[in-house]
Amino acid sequence: MTDGKPPVLDLRDITKVYGSGETAVHALRGVSLTVDRGDYVAIMGASGSGKSTLMNIVGCLDIPSGGRYLLDGTDVGALDEYQQAIVRNRKLGFVFQSFNLIPRMSALSNVELPLAYGGVKAGERRRRALAALDQVGLAARVGHQPNELSGGQQQRVAVARALVTAPTLLLADEPTGALDSKSSQDVMGIFDRLGASGRTIVVITHEEEVASHAKRVIRLMDGHVVEDVRTSPVGGLPPRLAEVAS
Amino acid sequence: MNAAEVLRFALRGLTANKVRSALTMLGILIGVAAVILLVAVGQGASRSIQDNIQRLGANSLTITPSTSGGGFGGGGGGGGFVRIAQGGGRGDQQNSGPRTQAKDLTVDDARALADPANAPSVKSVSPVVTAQNQAATYEGASHSIAQLVGTYPSYFEASNKPVVSGTYFYNDDVLSARKVVVIGHTVAQDLFGTASPLGKQINVAGVPFTVVGVLKEAGSSGFQDADDVAIAPLPAVQQSLTGFGPLGQILVEAKTADAVDAAQAEATQVLNQRHGITGTASADYRILNPATLQETVSAATGTFTVLLAAVAAISLLVGGIGITNIMLVTVTERTREIGIRKAIGAPRGAILGQFLAEATMLSLVGGLAGTLIAVVGAQFTIAGIEPVIVPMSIVLALGVSVAIGLFFGSYPANRAAKLRPIEALRFE
Ligand SMILES: Nc1ncnc2c1ncn2[C@@H]1O[C@H](COP(=O)(O)OP(=O)(O)O)[C@@H](O)[C@H]1O
Ligand SMILES: [Mg+2]
Repeated sequence: MTDGKPPVLDLRDITKVYGSGETAVHALRGVSLTVDRGDYVAIMGASGSGKSTLMNIVGCLDIPSGGRYLLDGTDVGALDEYQQAIVRNRKLGFVFQSFNLIPRMSALSNVELPLAYGGVKAGERRRRALAALDQVGLAARVGHQPNELSGGQQQRVAVARALVTAPTLLLADEPTGALDSKSSQDVMGIFDRLGASGRTIVVITHEEEVASHAKRVIRLMDGHVVEDVRTSPVGGLPPRLAEVAS
Repeated sequence: MNAAEVLRFALRGLTANKVRSALTMLGILIGVAAVILLVAVGQGASRSIQDNIQRLGANSLTITPSTSGGGFGGGGGGGGFVRIAQGGGRGDQQNSGPRTQAKDLTVDDARALADPANAPSVKSVSPVVTAQNQAATYEGASHSIAQLVGTYPSYFEASNKPVVSGTYFYNDDVLSARKVVVIGHTVAQDLFGTASPLGKQINVAGVPFTVVGVLKEAGSSGFQDADDVAIAPLPAVQQSLTGFGPLGQILVEAKTADAVDAAQAEATQVLNQRHGITGTASADYRILNPATLQETVSAATGTFTVLLAAVAAISLLVGGIGITNIMLVTVTERTREIGIRKAIGAPRGAILGQFLAEATMLSLVGGLAGTLIAVVGAQFTIAGIEPVIVPMSIVLALGVSVAIGLFFGSYPANRAAKLRPIEALRFE
């Protein structure tokens, strides 16, 4: 906030209740949280602690039951459906645990898709999609369809798809949850480099190993933030890269 | 997201499931092909009936007696034939027929109609007697002539029956009741094969007639062979075959096509006067005007065509429901994909457009294929009718098939577009 810009993420007393009456589940019980530009945050917690619920709200996929959510200074709750689609397209990038690539579409087409919805011209789209795929080390696999790629490769395509629009905020919900350790290292390596280049990242995980890549670790328990620890400065390198550098 | 992009996504969606897409298209294909083809068959039927009416002679009125109590049973000629027994007992005197006031058509009626003072719009008048199914023989070959017509030379022009070889007969032949005959194509073939019939003598019911001419081939008129005729001078036929009874019909040719209605009015007046029909009394004759006949037939065939089209339209509707069905399956199957697309920023319109485009493409491609099949199918004769494609039916069928895609696709497409991203993503 030193540059005077609003924080990328500003959650104020966010609550989320699933269902109603007897069977109501209070997944989030008042989460307040700000994330500054360039930060690399890991959100940890046991299964069922509300991590995915939080991620879905932050990603504009779901709406909170209460509280305010400002993304890059704008109140997302006040936007209409079309504007929310634009926010998802321009400001947010998602990486899911289960990759969520569109079947029967080549890696290149998958990565081009957000640009297509954003109205980018075909030539420019292709160039940017190829650059994003190159960044995740898949330049040689652009023509492959998801079912012709390994899990790790699919997840890297998904990261490229999330990156290609140069979003304000990159979100990942258990990105390594379905990967072996080698693939996990590849993906986390990419996140480290993105963090080093100043991109704002929020990663959800329940693995300490994954969380140790972040500059800041937040712990959730039963819908509350119970711990918020900074391990590296916002403007600095992610801890793993800092180790290498020192 | 431009239109080309939306179409590309739609095409990809369709090719992902080729068999299913093809089967859905088949429904529309059959519907569209049926609409176009059945309308074409209706049109073809109408066209062929109109042609037959035209062939009667477009400017000619046919006057027939209505004394025989209606019904087409014996046909015009049959009526005359049956009444031979009444012989000379008719005329201007009271008739002993079933209806006390009814009078037959006579040569005198024809003569009165030919008077330019009474009927200025009339060009010619041909009294006609017809003898049906007359056995004709020539050197061992025999043929039953469906219609043997006794008339005046003006009949050839009035009834639109030109001669291809030989000549007509002339007024002279009529006056002297010469036994000459002009035969139709079918008769000529059956009796003479490839040999020329001109100048040969044939026996009709035992009476020798000399062939002087052969009529131009008229072609099959569907129900009746228009070439199975023979035409001879009126008195010759009356003498030898029908007797000097009443006329089967009187053929009145108007001067021009525009004068047909005037000629009808004049003929009505003349005949009413001669037959003593006044005020509300119903006429004892009938005037057949080809123009009004054509209108009646058009109305009838129009109804027939609409009926065919309606049946076909139902199959098109069924095809449309097939599209809704398959699109609903597609949307359900691809709910997750819809969630992913929404998560990466697809606006509602893009999702709606994609599924609408898929549905429309299904129906449009099916419609185009159906049109192609209909056009090819229309080249063949169907149930004796040569279909005539109506361009409007193609435009309509294609338009309707696109509309069907949009209409029947809009429900599933809307359902897809309305899905909340998180709900779509959670869908298993
Ligand atoms: N769609 C839903 N309907 C009802 N309850 C839900 C739904 N999604 C999550 N929950 C509940 O909310 C709580 C938090 O879930 P979640 O955010 O998925 O946890 P985490 O991702 O940390 O494992 C859990 O108790 C879960 O059962
Ligand atoms: Mg979770």
